[in-house]
Amino acid sequence: MSENVIEVRTLRREFGKLVAVNDVSFEVGRGEVFGFLGPNGAGKTTTINMLCTLLKPSGGGATVNGFDVERQRSEVRRSIGLVFQQTTLDEYLTAEQNLRFHAYAYAVPADVREPRIRELLTMVELWDRRRGSVRTFSGGMKRRLEIARGLLHHPKVLFLDEPTLGLDPQTRRHIWDYLLRLREAENLTIFLTTQYLDEAEFANRIAIIDRGEIVALDTPDGLKRSIGGDLITFSTPNPEAGLAAVKERYRIEPTLRDGTIRFHVDGGDAFLPEFVRTFPQPIETVSLSRPSLDDVFLTLTGHEIRDSELDARQMLLQSGRWHR
Amino acid sequence: MTEIVRGTWVVAYRELLRFVNERSRIISSMAFPLMFLVIFGAGFGQIIGSLAPGVDFIAFMYPGIVAQAVLTSSLFAGVSVVWDREFGFLREILVAPIGRTGIVLGKAIGATVTGLLQVVLMLILAPILGVELRLDIILELIPIVVILALGLSGLGILIASFMTSQQGFQLVIQLLIFPLIFLAGVFFPVDNVPDWLAVISKVNPLTYGVDAIRQIFLGTLPGIGVTISGHTVTLVEEVAIISGLSVLLLGSAVVAFNRRD
Ligand SMILES: Nc1ncnc2c1ncn2[C@@H]1O[C@H](COP(=O)(O)OP(=O)(O)OP(=O)(O)O)[C@@H](O)[C@H]1O
Ligand SMILES: [Mg+2]
Repeated sequence: MSENVIEVRTLRREFGKLVAVNDVSFEVGRGEVFGFLGPNGAGKTTTINMLCTLLKPSGGGATVNGFDVERQRSEVRRSIGLVFQQTTLDEYLTAEQNLRFHAYAYAVPADVREPRIRELLTMVELWDRRRGSVRTFSGGMKRRLEIARGLLHHPKVLFLDEPTLGLDPQTRRHIWDYLLRLREAENLTIFLTTQYLDEAEFANRIAIIDRGEIVALDTPDGLKRSIGGDLITFSTPNPEAGLAAVKERYRIEPTLRDGTIRFHVDGGDAFLPEFVRTFPQPIETVSLSRPSLDDVFLTLTGHEIRDSELDARQMLLQSGRWHR
Repeated sequence: MTEIVRGTWVVAYRELLRFVNERSRIISSMAFPLMFLVIFGAGFGQIIGSLAPGVDFIAFMYPGIVAQAVLTSSLFAGVSVVWDREFGFLREILVAPIGRTGIVLGKAIGATVTGLLQVVLMLILAPILGVELRLDIILELIPIVVILALGLSGLGILIASFMTSQQGFQLVIQLLIFPLIFLAGVFFPVDNVPDWLAVISKVNPLTYGVDAIRQIFLGTLPGIGVTISGHTVTLVEEVAIISGLSVLLLGSAVVAFNRRD
């Protein structure tokens, strides 16, 4: 665990005038699940593409499994497995043929190949469908097949770019079960990007990326603690007066969102009864919640991660055909 | 080096797997040349009569159609690159430890083998069409087909390296490449057409590929070869021309494909 399997130093990528990734630096330890959380266009895929040697950095550098992503591309490629945001299966081949192609391309020894294919297809519950053409698979089946393929050559790091985008909650849950089991079984490092806040909870550490910059990097709990404890939300007939009262009594800067007032306190359980009893304005509704990553995101960037469910659906509609 | 070799064979292997999986492609690739032969042969055969002693229109056109089938099927190497880019599979290939040169060579060899398979199918039809077939013809034909197919698949990949969409690629093929193939003397002897057409055909390097295949079938005959200022171009010269062209095209494809991010 002491050793870093990914090291990124002031990595930068520009597309013309646009700075997609702006001098980011971070490390990922061996065996860690590391999450990259950010909205559409934050630079997640661009970062992954640089780490997996598909895109040249405009500045800075990175090593993966000890190999430089620009100068030792073959070694990097052999060390990593990839599951891209959009499907990269050959739909006109069968599940088995897709895996075999991958095994040949990565020079997996013949005696390892067939047992490994069997093991992985069984794990992702596609062994029965191994002779089926991928074109006839559902979205979730394709994703599972891609994950199996990404693991075929025993990579040290598995990159997952939005692994469960557009999948239903059961399938997402299912895929996460596999991934966490695999991480145990193979001492795998998992690097994932996501816009789903609940998915980021599976990570040991999360980097929050917004507009090409890392705005925070910590454990999920650490991030939640960093924004100052529990969230109190309440509504009152006169929000302006409510805001002023909170500010005056608790020396806290509250925010107003959709007509409700929100602020953070430590030890919300003890605070709430006292608050309700003594607050000078009439209270219509009140609730206490543990901070979510959503709140973290909002606090750190000043905007919401957007309606990611909606985005996911739109992306899925566009992802039938796509350009590299 | 081992990466290039491995890349070449896995990519070629997959091209062939797909060719075999897609029966519709096999059928359509055969149907087109057959249609040309049957319809043009029946339509013009009577009117045109023989083009040289003992060479009727079908006998003249058959080698041309074989060449045309090779040329069009080789261009499929480029179609396949654009296709893979559009459907994402290209990323799986690009991120594998196999190197870009191997990818280009694999696509080219895949297209060449499918081209050869088509030639074999057309050779099976030769007796039905009344075309004479000898072992020495077949043995000479194979290397020429390989050289032509490698070169033309290089051209396809070269164009594909600059294209992102299937539509753009199709446009270039239809406006630029198909005319070249049609003007390569598949349907007419280039010495017997109006001057402007003869000039275009003789500048077009594909003409020498088509004529090389024709010379293998029919031998060197007056009136149906390619004559440049009184000299009838020989088979050896034609092989030299198409070999040079193929090396150039395939080399450019490797460079262009490597250069693209
Ligand atoms: N090839 C490219 N050419 C030009 N601009 C690009 C290219 N690739 C990405 N970008 C731009 O870089 C920015 C970051 O894109 P990136 O794909 O990394 O975002 P992302 O965080 O993966 O977003 P999403 O959640 O939508 O996948 C975007 O503004 C995008 O338009
Ligand atoms: Mg992305």
